[in-house]
Amino acid sequence: MADAARFEFLCRMGDNTLVLGHRISEWCGHAPMLEEDIALANTALDLIGQTQMWLGYAGEVEGAGRSADDLAMLRDAWDFRNLLLVERPNDDFGHTILRQFLFDHFHLIQLRHLTESSDARVAEIAAKAVKEVAYHADRSSDTVIALGDGSAESHRRMQAALVALWPYVGELFTADHVDAAMVEAGVAPNPASLRDAYDAAVLPALAQATLKLPEDTFAHTGGKTGFRHSEHLGHMLTQMQWLQRAYPGGTW
Amino acid sequence: MARPVPAPVPGSLADVIRPRRGPKPVPRTEADIWDLLADVPDPEIPVISVTDLGIVRSVRLDGRQVRVAITPTYSGCPATSVIGIAIEAALRGAGLEPVIDTQIDPPWTTDWLTDEAREKLRAYGIAPPSAKGPKACPRCGSPDLSRVSQHGSTPCKAQWRCQSCLEPFDYFKCI
Repeated sequence: MADAARFEFLCRMGDNTLVLGHRISEWCGHAPMLEEDIALANTALDLIGQTQMWLGYAGEVEGAGRSADDLAMLRDAWDFRNLLLVERPNDDFGHTILRQFLFDHFHLIQLRHLTESSDARVAEIAAKAVKEVAYHADRSSDTVIALGDGSAESHRRMQAALVALWPYVGELFTADHVDAAMVEAGVAPNPASLRDAYDAAVLPALAQATLKLPEDTFAHTGGKTGFRHSEHLGHMLTQMQWLQRAYPGGTW
Repeated sequence: MARPVPAPVPGSLADVIRPRRGPKPVPRTEADIWDLLADVPDPEIPVISVTDLGIVRSVRLDGRQVRVAITPTYSGCPATSVIGIAIEAALRGAGLEPVIDTQIDPPWTTDWLTDEAREKLRAYGIAPPSAKGPKACPRCGSPDLSRVSQHGSTPCKAQWRCQSCLEPFDYFKCI
């Protein structure tokens, strides 16, 4: 039973990095300038690399012989445990970078806690990932501030992105029985306890970017529990899993 | 067969790679194996070796079998698997039976780059890592620098520009 919760927790970690990593890899060759194209591809690489570690460990904990690749490529939408925020479509570049910013700061705070995990493997993976994610958070913050406090057009787009994405931030801090089991075992912090640190990191940067938070505090949920993903995840998976769907069992 | 060293680029690689004299001894000790690995180049930055980079964490020799633990620089660095293959090929070429393990703890840090590696990077045109960003343009030595992007052609590098000679250059990020 404890292992079932641990498997679920590890899938949540790995599915966040997998889905966001795939999303930003969709920009490869299309970003507005070469430096940003390279930066997004590099961030995607870090996230996919972290996915290998999280889902690899998830497969070991599950003990059913599934590898990280099996979990990534052979599950369908209802078995994914990522936050709804990371499956949102890319839309324009501003939208993509704001989504990155909103996730990066959560990710960074979460990983810092996980480096203290009672599960040595979780602590090791977090210690590796946290160094990379510190760079992600630095860059997305700088870019959000530059675009939000930039031209009239860039400001308009960033404000629109914040209105569209803010309703997906609440889910980052929701907690359920899996989180309770992980807190109990000393594996992971209660996500709800991370909100103050998150606000302290995110709100000043948004203010500096001259962006206004929407007044409505409604939060969409259902991604991390797998209860209800948005339609976008299934469409994304048809692309990401295309090769395994067209040629089942295909290998290099 | 050892993995061949990529062909030198005139005026850059040739300046920093000094071929060793004479045939290599057959490795008998762990020190011999470290010596052998010191000639396996990083596939992305071939002027430095896998030992210069500090990614070989341990070597254990047991008869003909040798276990080598390597640590990835960045989690998703595509060079990691190529490095594993290169090390395996070099050890097989020396008549050993290699087993390559991946070890992520403690996580790799640029502090493990040797001083020799830092100098090789600089001579190759890549500013070596330092706490507050690059100290000097690797081409003209000017300290008047600006950052272009936090990311570069590989996960471990950022793009900077020299304000004196106006040339862009790679900077090996601190991690």
